[in-house]
Amino acid sequence: MSNPMVSLVDAGKSYAQLDALQTITMTLGEGEVLGLFGHNGAGKTTMMKLILGVISPTQGQVEVMGMAPDSKEAWHCRSKVGYLPENVSFYEQLTGLEVLTYFAKLKGFSKKEAIELLEQVGITYAMKRQVKTYSKGMRQRLGLAQAFIGEPKLLLLDEPTVGLDPIATRDFYKTVDQLKANGSSVILCSHVLPGVEQHIDRAMILSSGKLLAMGTLSELRQQAALPVTIKPSGLNGTVAINTKLNGFLSSSCQQTLMVPEHEKLMVLKELLSLDGLNDIHVEAANLEQVYQHFLLEHKLSEHELSKHGLSQPKQVKKGQG
Amino acid sequence: MKQIFTVANKEFHDGLRNRWLVSITLIFALLSVGLTYFGAAASGVLGVASLSTTIASLASLAVFLIPLIALLLSYDSFVGEQESGTLLLLLTYPLSKSQLLLGKFIGQGGIIALATLLGFGASALLLYFQLGDADIFSAFGLFIFSAILLGLSFTAIAYLISLSVSEKSKAAGFALITWFLFALAFDLALLALLVGVEEGVSQQGLTQLMMLNPADIFRLINLSGLDASGVNGALAAAINASLSQTELISALAAWVVLPLMLAIFIFKKKKL
Repeated sequence: MSNPMVSLVDAGKSYAQLDALQTITMTLGEGEVLGLFGHNGAGKTTMMKLILGVISPTQGQVEVMGMAPDSKEAWHCRSKVGYLPENVSFYEQLTGLEVLTYFAKLKGFSKKEAIELLEQVGITYAMKRQVKTYSKGMRQRLGLAQAFIGEPKLLLLDEPTVGLDPIATRDFYKTVDQLKANGSSVILCSHVLPGVEQHIDRAMILSSGKLLAMGTLSELRQQAALPVTIKPSGLNGTVAINTKLNGFLSSSCQQTLMVPEHEKLMVLKELLSLDGLNDIHVEAANLEQVYQHFLLEHKLSEHELSKHGLSQPKQVKKGQG
Repeated sequence: MKQIFTVANKEFHDGLRNRWLVSITLIFALLSVGLTYFGAAASGVLGVASLSTTIASLASLAVFLIPLIALLLSYDSFVGEQESGTLLLLLTYPLSKSQLLLGKFIGQGGIIALATLLGFGASALLLYFQLGDADIFSAFGLFIFSAILLGLSFTAIAYLISLSVSEKSKAAGFALITWFLFALAFDLALLALLVGVEEGVSQQGLTQLMMLNPADIFRLINLSGLDASGVNGALAAAINASLSQTELISALAAWVVLPLMLAIFIFKKKKL
């Protein structure tokens, strides 16, 4: 990771009324896949636009492949960057092939490459049809083919799996893994989706323009200090009388133990020493729970702040709603 | 340059696909052939009218039609792509804003220019076979050339509208108002100024005011070359004090270049 693909140093973007993105510092290395999570309006798209060089930061620095992406010098790098916008409807009256050929030509490629890409995303059968006849999933595939033009070194994908069926989603993640293996860096922007965990190296959680957390999944799990769920079976109440274990019993379900990460091994050893244990199920907090945790924490701290602020009644109401 | 060509090519093919080229050409051809044959009917003769009458009627027709067609063709060029999300995407490509704008201009301008040439050229050919007079080509040449400039000017004005609003429907509304102002209201206002205000404007001043409207410049170019008998009203007054053809054509060309440059400027400032 000598030269980071993308680096943001205290970068932020504010408009007259709104801080769309507050000072963010991050780097993305070669061949790394970053998951960017947050609700609508969290600043994901703004961050992507900054990296794409479509808008300029109002503070801090943004560098892509060692250059400011909104500068003239970075021009030739643009053909090395692929982007899938969140809501794009391509020229409806053109055929899929015509659309992709147009975009390929703008990046300096030809119709031949366009056809290959359509094969890759599996819509060659419909390439002679007008885009207006395409289903949501086919449009999404066309968009992906567009983002893959020219084997980009950096890919920014906004909600890439929306509208894709499970098989297409699997194919998509396969492609991401392949690109990653070839040394491309990928930023996946989405709401938290099941199945995305295995394909990302690091996650970044944004909310209302602020960076809430960033790190590998296990780092985030640790930060969030979410308990591990352990479900032993065949013990018939021995857990409830074991003083070492009964403190961890979940209040809602008597068969389940909620154990902090650092005590997991101790509890497991204790459980294994018990007679009658015939199965054990251990589940660490998943990305969705980690995400919920950070959002909740953020909401609470804002709530706390507003209590001491001036606009108390209004803010409290908002928090409840 | 290659990028501009790629965009221009796409826009031109869109124009072909949407039958714009065919419809505009047909409209121009039918109307101009019709006027050529029946233009003299008002003076009691049926058959091919004189060259100057034909050009005069064609010019008064074109001055309404061409701006309307150019505005219709181009008003959604940018706001439409902005709404569908392709504008943002295009700007992440190795394609500058001015390249995109010029590409679109060449493509859509090409449609207008070709339609004008084919449509009006048809009646020029027809007249030539009827009259066998080689003057027809020089007269029509000037007419078609200035008509193309008029079309390009309103294409550029349409881009200004398209880049300044954020909704397609608003752009359509503004395009209609723009057409109404330039094609109708401006002349009425000039006439009111001439008649209503005593010692209001001199002939010189009137001609200068007409430079503020590309449609009027187009009229001046085409009517001042003819014997002024068939022309009356504000125009006749202006023609008497008229500028040279070269000056008029330069003024019309400025109405192409300046809005285009302003459009590029607005595009560069535009927040996406």
